[in-house]
Formats: sequence, structure tokens, C-alpha cells
Amino acid sequence: MRKKGAETYRINLTVNGQVHELEVGSEPDQVKPYHMLAHTLRETLGLIGTKVSCDSGACGSCTVLMDGKAVLSCMTLTVECGGKQITTIEGLSNPRTGKIDPLQQAFIDYTAFQCGFCTPGMIMSAKALLHENPSPTEEEVKEGLSGNFCRCISHYQVVKAVLATSVKGK
Amino acid sequence: MTAMANAYRFIGNATPRKDAADIVTGGTRYLNDIKFPNLLYGKVLRSPHPHALIKRIDKSRAERLPGVKAVLTWEDVPNWKWGTPRLTRILDRKVRYVGDAVALVAATSEEMAQEALRLINVDYEILPAVFDMEEALKSGAPQLYDEFPGNVIPPGAPVLGPNGLTKICMGDLDKGFQEADVITDGTIGYENIPNPIPPEPPGVVALWEEPDKVTVWVASQFPYLAKIALSQILGGKVEVRVHGGPCGGSYGSRGMSWHVHTYAMLLSRATGRPVKLIFTREEHLAAFTLRLGSRVRAKVGMKRDGTITAVSGQWFVDSGYYSYSTQFQVGVGCGEAQIMVRCRNWDLKPIIVCTNRNASGAVRGFGGQELKCALIPLLCLAMEKVGLDPLEFFKKNYVKPGDGYFWREGTWYIYRGINYSKAMDKGAERFGWKEKWKGWLRPTAIEGTKRRGVGVGIHGNADIGEDSSEVSVHLYPDATALINSSVTEHGTGQRSNYVKMVCEVLQLPLERVSITPSDSLFNPYEFGPVGSRGTYAIGSAMIAAAEDARKKLFEIVAPMLRAEPKDLETVDGMIFARDNPTAKIPWKAMGVDRTCTGLGRFEPDYTMANCMITFVEVEVDTETGKVTLLRVVNATDVGQIIDPQGLEGQLNGCLGSGGIDSALFEETVLDHSTGHILNANMIDYKWRTYSELPAMDNVILETPFPSHRFHAVGTGEVTTAPGPAAVLMAVSNAVGAWLHEYPITPEKVLKALGKITQKDRKRGIE
Repeated sequence: MRKKGAETYRINLTVNGQVHELEVGSEPDQVKPYHMLAHTLRETLGLIGTKVSCDSGACGSCTVLMDGKAVLSCMTLTVECGGKQITTIEGLSNPRTGKIDPLQQAFIDYTAFQCGFCTPGMIMSAKALLHENPSPTEEEVKEGLSGNFCRCISHYQVVKAVLATSVKGK
Repeated sequence: MTAMANAYRFIGNATPRKDAADIVTGGTRYLNDIKFPNLLYGKVLRSPHPHALIKRIDKSRAERLPGVKAVLTWEDVPNWKWGTPRLTRILDRKVRYVGDAVALVAATSEEMAQEALRLINVDYEILPAVFDMEEALKSGAPQLYDEFPGNVIPPGAPVLGPNGLTKICMGDLDKGFQEADVITDGTIGYENIPNPIPPEPPGVVALWEEPDKVTVWVASQFPYLAKIALSQILGGKVEVRVHGGPCGGSYGSRGMSWHVHTYAMLLSRATGRPVKLIFTREEHLAAFTLRLGSRVRAKVGMKRDGTITAVSGQWFVDSGYYSYSTQFQVGVGCGEAQIMVRCRNWDLKPIIVCTNRNASGAVRGFGGQELKCALIPLLCLAMEKVGLDPLEFFKKNYVKPGDGYFWREGTWYIYRGINYSKAMDKGAERFGWKEKWKGWLRPTAIEGTKRRGVGVGIHGNADIGEDSSEVSVHLYPDATALINSSVTEHGTGQRSNYVKMVCEVLQLPLERVSITPSDSLFNPYEFGPVGSRGTYAIGSAMIAAAEDARKKLFEIVAPMLRAEPKDLETVDGMIFARDNPTAKIPWKAMGVDRTCTGLGRFEPDYTMANCMITFVEVEVDTETGKVTLLRVVNATDVGQIIDPQGLEGQLNGCLGSGGIDSALFEETVLDHSTGHILNANMIDYKWRTYSELPAMDNVILETPFPSHRFHAVGTGEVTTAPGPAAVLMAVSNAVGAWLHEYPITPEKVLKALGKITQKDRKRGIE
């Protein structure tokens, strides 16, 4: 992909099914080699649903899916995401109908949030878990979300919401 | 939860939060999600020394860096001050803690601003520093301020008036101790200064417009108070407009944001452009609000039946390098102690001390939790001597109708709330307290190397009716309504609950009522949903405004229905006389060229208090010293549940943000030799993960309160407060020896078990 002899090159970043061709370089409007995915999502693509909290990979708030697996977007270099399928919280709704994902609906039904700042990250972690294990036990849900920090203690209601969305819960 | 017949259409029913769809789709716009044109980014250069004088600052290299638009030091900024008393400068020639602001930078990108910090050269004259309260009080100790000789911050807060509570002094102490069957004394501290760490970092965007206007976008639990504080800092000469928005957690801590706000205001003033300044997580942990340090040295007299005959002693309060709300918190804390301890003879004297560490302020509580986490274990020593079950002690001593207490302004109030004994009994029953309580320092069960123990704690606050609120409610001809209030959503769901309250009064579907954004330009006064005042204090203003608007609507349409306004009802936007419900007219009858506006105001009322009792069971591993929290049962009475799921969330909140876990592992570790915080990151600062959740059970009673139309009271703030002392009690019982130091790390458990000695520690075996 790298242009010969040029300082800039392009990467293809697929976010929520949409391909973005991004220039990498040192100009103000280019993706810098040191930019993290969270930064690119929020600042370059305007996808502000991904929330950055600790900005050092310790709290799970910025979790997005990369090829279906949960990754911390504040610790993932954008330049390493070329050719990957990224899904953010904005990508969970049905693109045609706009209908939200059943997991999101369960979060509403159980009021599985308080201040809501950590919620998009929680939902993405839970999504990755359910993708891997459609009928987790309560312990497995807790293990799957153990990297997500919540200070209001929404945990108990989140566990209920995730279990309700699992194959067993339906 | 206790199911009760519910006569309401919305109140008490589980309804989706109004902001739920935005939250779960990532659509909620927190401060850092708002776009601003022409934005600059602010950064703060911070002191590496706990106490030093700035001899010289060379900022020339930083200023030359491309993209840097302003570099400000103490020499460049006006003499704006804040604090209680108001003498802490925004940038000063003296730095007083590791992390104190030395210079401010605004640049076109965060990276440039960060790079500029590196290019500022500062020469410091390093001064000796002091980190312990009692050390700071000794003669010859380093002095933080010329104005605070002996490092004592003067008591009393202007906001509490001339008689504001600065101590608990009443009765006849000698007589009280003579009447006691046992007298115990001791010193216990609650000094692990936890940081509540709301997930959204502290931050602000400010736009200064010459000559005298500034607009500030804040992430705050009390945006209106930010306007008042900033107006005062600016001497009333500048028009301050504050925009509030959804706030990613606060837990009280965002009350002390004046410095964050003024940094950005100064940078915007210097550049003429909007400036965004967001703290890094390290700054959040090392330079934003910590809990007060609290140490109580007291003597307690008690009768065999649990009557407290006298309490005397000193309450040391560590405010860090300055005070904003500490005196206020001491006043409220002194009141809260009396809510829990019914005693005629008191002499408890607080002393507020400044030390060379980051400042303390409101953190999940406002003085009472800090005082009682130290005071309750001291009372336990007396309970142990007389062999009294702590549950019986709490039931006997917790405030009851007819009892009185001095509250924050120094006024004596007679309690007119409910008796909480029933809630305490129901909680005990759910927990199985009778079966599990084996007596003081006795484990509930021993199984091999594991020992179980139980504990109980209690807390309550008359803040449910504190301070004032103002609301206007506007009714429109299309049968919609708008609530005008500056309340922001910080996690409790109260913005949604206010819509429920107003809908209940107006009998409109939830989707027909909305609430304004928080904007001080048009919102009326609002103290904010702090403490537990949201439901009763703010709720009363909401209800009053809705009722007033409805009354005005009825006055206009009554002649059309040939009825008296008092005989009218409205449901779903139709108005009719109670005795003739078929003859209906729509709200539109008010006239399409009209808005019916109702006003509501709440006046402070300190005659009622909430109550939370928390039972905990722990398991102690006697080989490793690890304490596992197995089970928590919270019990309370809220009068009337407004939103069952929201309330459950509030009660589950007892663990985090400096709650129960501040007894187990949560602490800000301050190195007393360097003044550096050693765990200013989210790996080393311990927080509870999903896989370590204890079983949680909440018992919620609904005994109607003489509060407002819905007979409810708030209970949010107090949920974290009873737990820490309960954990201390539970671990002590499991181990069979008193543990009196928070947090109870494995090392402290092994020490209490006699498994490690001072000698081992010196050899490095721990």
C-alpha cells in the first residue's frame, strides 16, 4: 500500500461496514503513525460513541470489535487496523431499519447503566462475549466483562441484561 | 424489594430512562464529544515537588514552538483566588503539592501543548514538606500558608452563616462520664483518601469574549454552582454562562472544579479562542478531588443498655493543600454523627489541617462518612465491653421522631421523619444476622484456614431536604410540557425521574414532557442533585412548579367548562370537571398564543433524614490474609420508590467510588517521603472487577414520609457510607482481633493474626 518514495501512504479501515481510505502522514489532516484507533474513530471519523476513559488500556471503556473480537481502541494503533473489520457501538444498530441490537434493548430494559460513560464499552465487550459464547453462564459473563471498569456499580444490572440476551435467556 | 400496592401511573413503576436510547447507542454527548470550531487544547505543567518556591520560569522555548498560542505562569495571571477562606491563587509563586499547577499552555493540538510543557524550565527552591496532620500541627513544622499559622485552616464556612457548626459541644461531659458503665478510648483513622474516579475525566471548554463575558462548558453534577463560584472568583465583573451536560459520574468530586475551569478561562482570555482542557487519568488521580483524611481520638462513655452518656475528643481533618468545602463538610459531618448517636453530652472538636498533598473535597459523602468510619469502630470498643449486639445499639441510638440535633447552620431541629427500626429489622432478617452474629471478635464460622465474620454499619443524613431549588414548568397548547431546570444527569437517573414526577401531576405520557438543557443563561437557581437531596428537595420544586402550572391552566379554562378550577382534572391533555368527566376540552383551549408557566421553589428543611444500614459477611484466608467480601445486604426505607431499577442501581453503588471497597483495597497511596502518589493509574489503583462481585441484596421499605406529594425521600449518597465500618467489624470478628486501619490489606490481616511481626517486615518478608 505504501507509495514509493513518499512519506504518506494509505490504509483501508472498515468501520461498521463502511470502508474509509485514510492517508497516513504528518500533515494535520492525516492519520499519524502514532494515532490510536480510539482517536481516529472519534476525531477523524466522528464516531463519538466510543468513549475514552483511562486512555491506557486499563478500564475497557473504549472497547470496540476487531474482526468480532473485543479490543481496546485506546491501545490499538490505527495503522495496524488496515484490512480489519472494526465495529463500534454505532454499528450495532441495523443499518437498514435503524433498530437497535437486542443487547442494547436489554440494557435499556434492565437500566443496566447509571452515568452511562462506560456503557458503550460494556456493550461491546458483552457483544464479543456473546459472539464467542452465545449461552454463557453468569460466571462466564462476569469473567468476560472483568476488564470493564464501572464506578457507579451498574455491574449487577449489566449481568442480568447480558444473560437475558444470551441464547439461554431468550 | 417490598411490593406495595401502587396508586400511581408512573411513580414507582419501572420505566425506561429518558436518556436510555442515547446511552446504549453511544449517542450521549459528554463534554469531550462536543465539537468546537477554532479550538485550542490546554495543558498544565505540574510541580514535581511537594513544597517549593518558584525562583524563575523560562517559557521562551515553549512559546516559540509552532502551534503554541499561550504559555501562562503565576506572573502572567490575574490575582483570582478561591478556597475557604478565599486565598488560594490559581497559579501561585509557591507550589504546595506534587502536581500543583506551575504553568498553563494552549496550543493547536494536544501533542503540541504537551510538547510545550517539556520546554518550560523552572527553577525551584525546595522547601520542607509535611504530609501527616499531627506532624503538621507541631511547632516548627513546614508552613503551607502565612495566613494559616500552625497549618490550621480556620473553622466555619461563610455559606453556613455566623453560627455554622464547627464542633459538637453540648450537655455536661463530667456528668456523662460519671453515668457511664464503661469508658473506652482510642484513635482511629480513615485516611486512605480514595479517589472516586468517575469514568469521564475532569475537563472543561471555555470561551472568553472581551471585555467581560465568559462561556464555560462543564461536566458537572452542579453546573449552577460553577456559575456562582466562577462569578465570585471574577469579582462579579464578568458575565459567566455555564453549559452543563450529561456527566460521566461525579460522586461529589466535580464540585471542586474551579481550578480546571479557570485554567481554560485564562488560556481563552489570553488567546481569544475556545480552549478545551481535559485532565489525563494520571492528573485525575493525582491532582483532582480526594476524600478528606479523618482521624478521631476520642473517649466514649456507655451504659450497659447501649445509651451513650458522653463523647469527647478531637476530630483531625486533613484537607490537603487547601480547603474549598472542608469546613462545610465538617459542619454536615457533625450533624450526621448526631443522627446516628443519641447522646446528651458531647465535646467533639474538629481541627482542619492543611498538608502538602492534593486537596480533599466531597467524595461520596460530605463529612459524615469520614467521621463515622472512624467513630463507629470507637463506639464498637464500648459495645464489646458491655457485650452489646451492634444492631441493637444502632436501633436504640438512630434518630427517632421527637429527637433533635444541631444541623450545619448551628440550628437545633426536631426530627419528624419515620422510625427506621423496621427497616433495620427487615435487613437483619434477610441477612440472617441473629444466626450469624456470635458476639464480638468471634467468627461466624471456621472452615480449615478460612474464617467468616459479619459486621454491620449505619448511616443517615438530614441533607435530603438541604438547600434550595427552583424550577419552572411550561404547559403548551399541544399538551406537552417543558421543565426548566439546570439539573444535569450524572448517573442517578434523576432527570428522568423529574419527568416522571411532573407527568404524574399533569397526567401526561412520559414522552410529552421534556427537560431543558442545563444553561445558566435561562435556568433558575439550582443547588444540584448533591447528597441525597434530589428526590425530596429538587423533587418538591418540580412538583410545586407542575402543580402551579396546572392551577393556572385550570383558571383559564374553568369558565369554558362552567366549573371551578378546584374541581378540574386533566388526563392525557384533556381537561374535565371531576363530576362530569364526559365534557372534556383539550389543553389547546388555553389559547394557541399562550404558555402556562408554573413556578416551584424548595426551601431547606432539615427535619428529616434518610437511613441506610449495611450488613456484610466476609471470608478471611488466614494463610494469605486475603479478605473476600461474600455478601452485602443493604436495608432502607425510602417512603415511596420513584424508579425501582434506578434505586437498585443507587444501592448497588455501595461498593465503588470510595465506598465499601475503601475498607478492603481502595486507597490513594501517598509516599510520605516524596509527596508523590504512587498509584496514579488504573492498574495500581485497585477497583473491583465483575469477577469479584459479592452477592448483593437490597431491602427497600416504603413507609410514607411527610415529605412531598409522593411521600418519598432520596437515599443515593448514603449507600456507600455504612459499609467500611461494617467491613472492619466483620474482619475483626473473623480474625478475633481488632483491625482499626483502612484498607484491610492482607498484610494487616496477617499482622492481626500474629503471622508477621515488625522484625519480618524489616527483613522484607511480607
